Amino acid sequence: MEELANLFHGFAVALQPFNIMVMILGIVLGVVIGVLPGLGGANGVAILLPLTFSMSPTSAIIMLSCIYWGALFGGAITSILFNIPGEPWSVATTFDGYPMAQQGKAGEALTAAFTSSFVGALFAVIMITLVAPLVASFALQFGPAEKFAVYFLAFCSFVGLSKEPPFKTIAAMMIGFALAAVGLDSITGQLRLTFGVTELLNGFDFLIAVIGLFGIGEILLTMEEGLAFRGGNAKINLRVVLQTWKELPAYWMTSLRSCLIGCWMGITPAGATPASFMSYGIAKRVAKRGNNFGKGEIEGVVAPETAAHAAGTAALLPMLSLGVPGSPTAAVLLGGLLIWGLQPGPMLFVEQKEFVWGLIASMYLGNLVGLIVVLTCVPIFAAILRVPFSIIAPLILVLCAIGAYSVHSSTFDVVLMLVFGVLGYLLKKCNYPLAPLVLAIVLGDKAEEAFRQSLLGSQGSLGVFFSNALVSSIMILGLIALFWTAIQEGYTRLRTRLA
Amino acid sequence: MTTNGPGAGPMHKTVEAGVTLAIALFGVIVIIGSVKAGINWGAEGPRAGFFPFYVGITIVLASAINLRNALREHDRGLFAEWGQLRQVMSVVVPTAIYVGAMPFTGLYLASMIFIAWFMRWLGKYNWLTVAAIAIGMPVVTYFIFERWFLVPLPKGPVEEWLGL
Amino acid sequence: MYRSILSIAFSAAAALGASSIAASAAWEPVRPVEFIVPAGTGGGADQMARTIQGIVTKHNLMKQPLVVINKSGGAGGEGFLDVKASQNNPHKIIITLSNLFTTPLATGIPFNWKDLTPVAMLALDEFVLWVNAEKPYKNVKDYVDALKQASPGSMKMGGTGSKQEDQIITVGIEKASGAKFTYIPYKGGGEVAVQLVGNHVDSTVNNPIEAIAQWRGGKLRPLCVFDGKPMAYDEPIADGKAWKDIPTCKSQGLDMEYLMLRGIFMAPKATKDQVAYYIDLFNKVRATPDWQEFMKSGAFNTTFMTGDDYAKWVETEEKRHQVLMKEAGFLAPSN
Repeated sequence: MEELANLFHGFAVALQPFNIMVMILGIVLGVVIGVLPGLGGANGVAILLPLTFSMSPTSAIIMLSCIYWGALFGGAITSILFNIPGEPWSVATTFDGYPMAQQGKAGEALTAAFTSSFVGALFAVIMITLVAPLVASFALQFGPAEKFAVYFLAFCSFVGLSKEPPFKTIAAMMIGFALAAVGLDSITGQLRLTFGVTELLNGFDFLIAVIGLFGIGEILLTMEEGLAFRGGNAKINLRVVLQTWKELPAYWMTSLRSCLIGCWMGITPAGATPASFMSYGIAKRVAKRGNNFGKGEIEGVVAPETAAHAAGTAALLPMLSLGVPGSPTAAVLLGGLLIWGLQPGPMLFVEQKEFVWGLIASMYLGNLVGLIVVLTCVPIFAAILRVPFSIIAPLILVLCAIGAYSVHSSTFDVVLMLVFGVLGYLLKKCNYPLAPLVLAIVLGDKAEEAFRQSLLGSQGSLGVFFSNALVSSIMILGLIALFWTAIQEGYTRLRTRLA
Repeated sequence: MTTNGPGAGPMHKTVEAGVTLAIALFGVIVIIGSVKAGINWGAEGPRAGFFPFYVGITIVLASAINLRNALREHDRGLFAEWGQLRQVMSVVVPTAIYVGAMPFTGLYLASMIFIAWFMRWLGKYNWLTVAAIAIGMPVVTYFIFERWFLVPLPKGPVEEWLGL
Repeated sequence: MYRSILSIAFSAAAALGASSIAASAAWEPVRPVEFIVPAGTGGGADQMARTIQGIVTKHNLMKQPLVVINKSGGAGGEGFLDVKASQNNPHKIIITLSNLFTTPLATGIPFNWKDLTPVAMLALDEFVLWVNAEKPYKNVKDYVDALKQASPGSMKMGGTGSKQEDQIITVGIEKASGAKFTYIPYKGGGEVAVQLVGNHVDSTVNNPIEAIAQWRGGKLRPLCVFDGKPMAYDEPIADGKAWKDIPTCKSQGLDMEYLMLRGIFMAPKATKDQVAYYIDLFNKVRATPDWQEFMKSGAFNTTFMTGDDYAKWVETEEKRHQVLMKEAGFLAPSN
């Protein structure tokens, strides 16, 4: 087992005192970045990248990847406490995480989220350690048609889940698609739906929409109901961690499924966002208490978090072995590798053994260190909810404004954020589901792009989506997921009629 | 939401119809924009406006059905009481002023005033607490964003004068 | 706040003084300098900007911090318009790529490079014609023959972005060879190279830095470089071949030359002193070993220009892009 020997050597590298220090610093910085909306993993890593130029490449990548883990952990905190997802893949975490916090179970939700993240990441790292070369060649199978099929599957496994009237769901999702289409059309290089307004050149960023719709909208709803966060009675001691851990093993099936979905999405590389939505959608259908999803079910936190982090970790594999980033943050890390004179690609695993295995070892250790750091802070995070609303609300509003501004350094975006906030309040009161809208903003333009790239390649023939075994099977999975509710309903109806 | 409250307020039905109409209007705008970008199937597959065009049509159609459903409903419930809406507006209006002032005053000064107003007006805290948080938070923000992460935030004449 | 009120007042006065006396004293930034990247994080321009930022920090070349900001909206239009709107702000510089010309032409946004103040050309990025190493094409002739035999449009060229440099080169190849491609735009250069490895497209015109890893891994084969002369780097990369051994496309009968600008511009109405400060800064950056290492890793053409030479170069390039894009039918409807 040459790999194992290399791995142990990697541990020796990662366990040097300087590297451990760098690791802890990276995790803490990452959590801060993840908590502040607008900074996010990709921006945070990009901002801190130049600081690492004076380190050795191995220390530098350990620090940057730890920032990445920290940001992944940190993203869950605001999703659960304030309904503000800082990253696209944290959106699905809000569905059950925020209701849990409102019921005074913020500590449980945070523990479940952090632990699931760790499990997902660990699973993905083990996979990277054992089957790296094999997996890399799988990623090469994915052209535009296969990518579209994956997005199709993500949409299908998610729509039809909401209990809201179907035409409201459709309207909400279409609003999302329309917003995603604004700006530059990447296929024709032409502007669309901008009406000559230069501020609309960048289109509608997911983060601004989500800070407004979810975060500000939620504050407005709270104002309407009288000035109080309903999570004030959250337990704030470390025992909550142990109690939650006792519950978690019951969801091993969900965890395993989410790990697999996450690894698959990370490698292809469709990324963590479709992984989290897909995993949540499937868990809701399959779980015993699936009908209770959205009302504060712990399994609804486990599923998306596990998948998102498995995907986030697995996304580093195609980056290292192929030089194609599986996520925006991986893209920045890739830039870092090139600046240090390391060329990601097939030769990296052969020529830069110390670096690669040091990085993989730091994935194990960094995640472990990260888990310990964030878990010990659970009581502190949960205690934030005890701060009176009239203090915390203006601070959240200011942080939201900063977050919205720092996405594109534009004050126009801050105005948009407020508009989305009022919109979120109105839509929610009128029973329009917000999740499909956000899903469409996040994945809409990517799905359209992949669709049109495929058609360009096939010269207009739709047959391309069923042209080989891989793409056909993903498309069929998608169709099954789409009609799952109908199939189930038909089945129950049939049974009641017969009974 | 609830009908058993003491106050009066706008009907749920009316607000919902308004929201639906606004969504339909948005759909129409999308259709107009798509037509401008070209909606046909060009030599290289669908053109830029092809997808948004059908998305726009779907929005309009779905809104028509939603509007019909909303008007048919015999729900006489309130959307919210006037008092509740006043509460909501007491956040929306100052936030709007805050957001609108930001390009001119910079983020820091606007944030200080906004936080102070919110805490004093809605929370009735004493001036010492108000001042500590209203000044402390933007200062911490300054160090985290501008000094450590080197993310410039909007600045106004005061920061210019201080040479920050 | 580290500084006492007195020193704040003093530095504010000094700053005022500096701007009023201006011309005589050498100019220096008094606030953090924003370095705008009109492209996304992780791309070629972003890498270069962040490398410069790293070099400036590591070697202490500036007293004020250099802050990289991505403004990628509208194929970079967002970044250009932002700098255009920052008249008289000497604390804002922008790194450009070919979208300096292509974005205004293709989208019709109200911007022209003359709205900015040219500072310096840092380097030129090369383009290489790549095919999958499993394919039988050993040289340009093999490939062009295959192109001509295939039915028009059945050969796929992958590239970054739409109506930008990669597609312009594609149209150039079509004109020079008489073949017809189907051009498929992707988001980033790395992705394009991997699509070629996975045989989802038939060829690409990736920059060296985007495809070098796949070349070394034996997955891709370079056919020719779109430059007037072969590249300067003679260190062997794969199969004993170096960048230098890649022939020019022109010498192989494919008459197309294209280099991409990696240059620096400032906000409008910058003074001579301000421009001189940045030229001096970039000269210092270029002298560092880190920069030379970076140039080597991306096989850049290290031509450096400032002042009138630079402005003249940009003007010629702009005219050329106008012609190329007009011929290709890439101009925005309003133009």
